[in-house]
Amino acid sequence: MAEWFQDNGLLLGLALLDGLSSAGLIFLVAVGLNLVFGVLRIVNVAHGSLYAIGAYSAASIGIFAGSLGLPDWASIPALFLSAALVGAVLGPLIERFLLRRIYAQEEVVQLLVTFALFMILEDVQKLVWGVQPIENRVAMQLLGNTDVPFGADFIPYTNYQLFLLPGVAIVTLVGLAWFLRRTLTGRVIVAVTTDREAASAMGIDAAKIYLLTFTFGAMLAALGGALSSPTAALVPGIGAQTIVLSFAVVATAGLGRIEGAALTSLMMGLGRSIAVYFEPELEVVVPYIIMVLVLLVRPQGLFGVAETRRV
Amino acid sequence: MSEVLLQASGLRLAFGGVKAADGIDLGVMKGEFLAIIGPNGAGKTTFINMTTGYLRPNAGTITYDGRRITGMSPRAIVKLGIARSFQLPQLFVEHTVEQNIALAVASRDGIWSPLTPLLRPRFRDEARDLLGRFGLSAIADTRADALNEGARKLADIAMAVALKPRLLLMDEPTSGVAASEKMEVVETLARVLRDAAVTAVFVEHDMDVVERFADRVAVWSQGRIAALGPPTEVLNDPAVQRDVIGIERHA
Amino acid sequence: MSTTQDPPRDPMARPARLMKRYEPILAILLAAAMITAAILAPWLRFVLTIALAKGIAVLGILLLLRAGQVSFGHAIYIAFGAYVVAFLAPTVNDAALLLALAAVGAGLLGLVIGAFVTRYRQIFFGMLNLAMSMVFYSLLEKLYAITKGSDGIRVEIMPIAGQALDRVAYEWVIFGIALGIALVVAILLRLYLSSPMGEALAGIKTRETRLEFMGVPARGVLLSAYVMSAVVGGIGGALIALTSRHVTPQLAYWTSSGELVFIAILGGAGGVLGPFLGAATYELVRIYAAASFADAWQMILGAVLLLVILFAPGGLWGMAARAIGGRGR
Repeated sequence: MAEWFQDNGLLLGLALLDGLSSAGLIFLVAVGLNLVFGVLRIVNVAHGSLYAIGAYSAASIGIFAGSLGLPDWASIPALFLSAALVGAVLGPLIERFLLRRIYAQEEVVQLLVTFALFMILEDVQKLVWGVQPIENRVAMQLLGNTDVPFGADFIPYTNYQLFLLPGVAIVTLVGLAWFLRRTLTGRVIVAVTTDREAASAMGIDAAKIYLLTFTFGAMLAALGGALSSPTAALVPGIGAQTIVLSFAVVATAGLGRIEGAALTSLMMGLGRSIAVYFEPELEVVVPYIIMVLVLLVRPQGLFGVAETRRV
Repeated sequence: MSEVLLQASGLRLAFGGVKAADGIDLGVMKGEFLAIIGPNGAGKTTFINMTTGYLRPNAGTITYDGRRITGMSPRAIVKLGIARSFQLPQLFVEHTVEQNIALAVASRDGIWSPLTPLLRPRFRDEARDLLGRFGLSAIADTRADALNEGARKLADIAMAVALKPRLLLMDEPTSGVAASEKMEVVETLARVLRDAAVTAVFVEHDMDVVERFADRVAVWSQGRIAALGPPTEVLNDPAVQRDVIGIERHA
Repeated sequence: MSTTQDPPRDPMARPARLMKRYEPILAILLAAAMITAAILAPWLRFVLTIALAKGIAVLGILLLLRAGQVSFGHAIYIAFGAYVVAFLAPTVNDAALLLALAAVGAGLLGLVIGAFVTRYRQIFFGMLNLAMSMVFYSLLEKLYAITKGSDGIRVEIMPIAGQALDRVAYEWVIFGIALGIALVVAILLRLYLSSPMGEALAGIKTRETRLEFMGVPARGVLLSAYVMSAVVGGIGGALIALTSRHVTPQLAYWTSSGELVFIAILGGAGGVLGPFLGAATYELVRIYAAASFADAWQMILGAVLLLVILFAPGGLWGMAARAIGGRGR
């Protein structure tokens, strides 16, 4: 054991750091998906496309800002701005003109509508940004590195991934928890999530809540994409990867509690990055293995409440 | 009439702090109609749920025909001859009434035949016969989600009867049935059950129905049986009138 | 006594009944159209064989939809059937035998996975199926030594039921087999759906608890349907491998599973012909779109799907039903 650490300690340290930062991104996307599913009862397959478009938009806007001669520090607010922009434009558009028409339909049909949207957005993204990798790492380079002490050694790691990504995730988690529990709109959202019928009987303006929730969920997906953009080159297919991963997170966490999504994201992020360093073949499979194991023990998901039907 | 078909002894079940069953002892005699009355939340439905395997008591036993059934699955209990109907009718809403009944008929032994139609003569005839006895022939081809509350209720009971149970538990069989039709419906139901020699336990809020059709009445109160006996005796008991019927009349 | 509320207008009830009656005739017409098309244009023979194979697999999706469940991972059975052919072709070297092996193998895989996933419903059911198929996809992709990874495995032309054939004859026979299997499976499924077992399956969608209170093991009913869906998936996959003669992990990718559900909805879940109508349309649109708009074929398919869902609920089958029902009035 001690010997193993001697040889692999640094790798493990790196895996933990990677896992932490990617967990932050996964959380942002998955919590958005969870929120939308909770309120609208629609599994939004196109959620991953919003992530991808958020990423591409952020990179483009960043590059554009650079070409205007804006200072480097502007690249960081630009990430957030582009996410807000993508969410604010696409969110209401999709909710109002597409989803609103199908709330009364069967679950299968709803799923297929968002699947169709996914197909369309994937091609839109390729038409707009092409298939060549796009890169804009200014924001990450700007923040520099920190030497993270690990045992007797130090691991040099970017501050962007070390502080900013987990930081944004934590702020989102805390802010969202506060919003859902302490504000009126938040409580209404929770009410709709837990008991639809009662909520509509209470005369809640469902249309407004749906629009709001979906737009906010879209922003979170776009934010996840935008924040991921400085860490890697963007290629077609990131949307598909992301949605499949966030599905796994939502199903594993179960509906409802956002803390569940946070913990699950952490498990999946760490599991995946450990796999990357030690058993790269398993990387793609790890989230599903975690999901299957969790659901074997807790069929309603880690934090889901079992639905008891009254007879 | 003195043979016990179902015996509950010392049943206890609590949800959180609420005692839905707090020491229930009850014997149901073969062939009798036993009414259960009591205010909402007294644990009447819980008793049916425990007897049919939907809920498991924290303590106590239920024996049926001398056999312990506590802890058995709803499926296994049905196979022993205990069927139930529901307070909220549980129909297959995308099927017609006839299909609903035929499916119940088929579930006795013919469910696993994958290539012959559900509405084969044997199942269809039995379903139609049953619908006829329940006075539902006119709506045989209506989809279950198009029925009104009363018809839904009857169809729900007919499905339970189609299982050919020896013991039938009915959860508020007359709720949702229009007042003007109530007696007629219960009359029909009682005839069908007597013809088939079915023992029946039913939760009921209408004291006229209880008085007319029950052989015995059990009064539920806060998870316990407060009184048990023939309707004339129990319903005239001042304490029952004050605590149960009074509440019922106001509810 | 009054027994019905305002009768809910089900605009599809009458057309659906009519369609049920015309189904055999329509099946013959559809088969005849396919054969004619295959004779007139050899490239259509290939496309239609693939469409038949997918249609057969989509019948399995239809079964699960009956129970109100959507599998977002059924491509695993297609891929499994296809890889059974690819792996065993050198040793077995007979298409008919390989088809049977693929069906049995996929059925066994379906039994194992089904025993697990049928404990779940709705999103959990969908996602667990997705998970299984993605695990399988990753294995196919990563175990290069066995599967040749994303390069895939080529399948050579082989004898069928002991008869060695040249390429054209081979393709014709595979087309014929696909058509034959499609007809047989569709007929069996049609019988199954109106049998007690099939109706109980539909009962899972609307009132699963009631089934239990009737003494019917709902999970057993769902599991048996699941195994059937796996078997037809395996057959479809084997036919695809025998036709395209090249199998890749892409067959198991989640978008392939989505494609199956897509075809089911496009065709319409009303009758057993829907999947074949849907699959033929899907393949033709896809090929046309891919040829004319190489960069945007997905977008076109997506738009078609949206249009169908929003403006033609009931899919192509429903459109046909309305056409016939309308004329009969």
